[in-house]
Amino acid sequence: MDIAHDSRTTNPWPENSVTRVPYWVYQDEDNYKRELNRLFEGASWHFVCLEAEIPNKGDYRTNFVGALPVIVVRDADGAINCFENRCAHRGALIAFDDAGNVENNFKCIYHAWSYDLCGNLRGIAFERGINGVGGMPKDFKRETFAPRKLRTTTLCGLVFATLSPDTPPIEDFIGAEVLGRIRRVLNRPIKVMGRFTQALPNNWKLYVENVKDTYHASLLHLFFGTFRITRLTQGGGVLVSPDGGSHSSYTIDNKASDAQSTAYRDQGIRTEKQDYKLADPRLLDTVDEFKDGIQLQILSVFPSFILQQIHNCLAVRQVVPRGVDAMDLKWTYFGFADDPPEMTQRRLRQQNLVGPAGFVSMEDGCVGGFVQRGIAAAGDQVSAIEMGGPTTESQATRATEASVRGFWKAYRQHMGY
Amino acid sequence: MDLTRLVELNAAYARAIDNEQYEDWPGFFLESCLYKVTTAENVAKGLEAGLIYADSRAMLQDRISALRQANIYERQRYRHIVGLPTVLGTSDGGAAEVETPFLIVRIMRDGRMEVFATGCYRDKVKANGDGHLRFVERIVVCDGSRFDTLVAIPF
Repeated sequence: MDIAHDSRTTNPWPENSVTRVPYWVYQDEDNYKRELNRLFEGASWHFVCLEAEIPNKGDYRTNFVGALPVIVVRDADGAINCFENRCAHRGALIAFDDAGNVENNFKCIYHAWSYDLCGNLRGIAFERGINGVGGMPKDFKRETFAPRKLRTTTLCGLVFATLSPDTPPIEDFIGAEVLGRIRRVLNRPIKVMGRFTQALPNNWKLYVENVKDTYHASLLHLFFGTFRITRLTQGGGVLVSPDGGSHSSYTIDNKASDAQSTAYRDQGIRTEKQDYKLADPRLLDTVDEFKDGIQLQILSVFPSFILQQIHNCLAVRQVVPRGVDAMDLKWTYFGFADDPPEMTQRRLRQQNLVGPAGFVSMEDGCVGGFVQRGIAAAGDQVSAIEMGGPTTESQATRATEASVRGFWKAYRQHMGY
Repeated sequence: MDLTRLVELNAAYARAIDNEQYEDWPGFFLESCLYKVTTAENVAKGLEAGLIYADSRAMLQDRISALRQANIYERQRYRHIVGLPTVLGTSDGGAAEVETPFLIVRIMRDGRMEVFATGCYRDKVKANGDGHLRFVERIVVCDGSRFDTLVAIPF
């Protein structure tokens, strides 16, 4: 490994610390390439699509695992396969639509080489030439030429893929506690309601940290604080997987007791605006659909997948890095296949909370860019991530940065730092 | 439906937003209305969700009060370039069905001027009690599906 010229050698990671994160991790080109290799092509599971998006044989979607373009496709026996979206011949994309259906094979448009639904090279145009002239050498072995194949696994309708043979089973990778929180939400067949992409002007990790940061939510987002969707003074906590990489934070609905709390006002916090009222309060008309009083749950699977329940607004989000200082956040809003019309209507209204124009989420769209710009000349400096102490364990409060530290614990382990 | 009146409606709508008179924006709609920002891809696939979804004028007012009082974003404004409307027909409720293309340039605090969105408005337009044309429905169908950073101001 050649690290002679990267900033890590001049500014190494602060010794054994997850409370200090050096800013070069958001800036350094060599580090970014190493992430693509060690995280995205390494021993982690990556969300690639929903099962509901490819219900029939030949249905496929294209996506990215880090920088790696992939095809996810359902084959004849119902299994889901994933392979690199790169023709073995000259490297062109095999499929260039977001989604579609192929009967039995994919055909590269460049020279018409074809692949079966498992990603095996099956056909080479004019393989034997024309009238015995030209064509491929007789000793050319198709079996040895194929796009790289990823292993796939499904979990509650989510499809994950990994390139590494060393990635543990998804249940072990996520850990029992966080796994339970996925099962809590994805308890029956879903239906996709819409897709939007938010192009963010920041390193991908700044967004992932934001998702895991239970401390910021009611402080940055006035909408959360004012309407008591989530406040640190409400019940709730954060679960962190043993490896630190995955998490689930939750807020329990106890508006009645929280209504008396003056903690935000006492702290002089901007997000407590007593006079701010909705003209149409139907936006927050919520049904306790999971019958457990949890009104908000934000969950992440290391390194780049997010499942969100904010009241009755459900979505998955995928982080796709696009260079050291840019990323795409791919939102897929969903409901359940058996939703009655009034529940669909409720979800449509509550979707105003999230996405690129979300009353809550829009601020997460810009705050990463504020950090990226703020640290422009601070590659040799570090951030301080010490709310709730130095550890990464689950905590019964959200006034902590335990799950952010957990991310760095897993990050350092995967990166070998 | 008189084309001149539709052009005037669209011009006034765009002017209110571009001049940052956001409080005037809900007034272009009837009290019972539907405003949705979505993408051509979602429409083609029959997916209902919106980037912004409001099924009452009060929800549009909430968008503006959130934009003014709650949400945090860098200072920015829009410049709408709105094309000519095409009247497609009349809906069951007697509203004119109209389609109009648009282009929005976003002007950022740091001086950048960039094409932020293009698409078409799919509208149902009707006169209110005073005889002014208002939107019963405005579905903003964006041509693309990638939105830079955030969408704070309505399209």
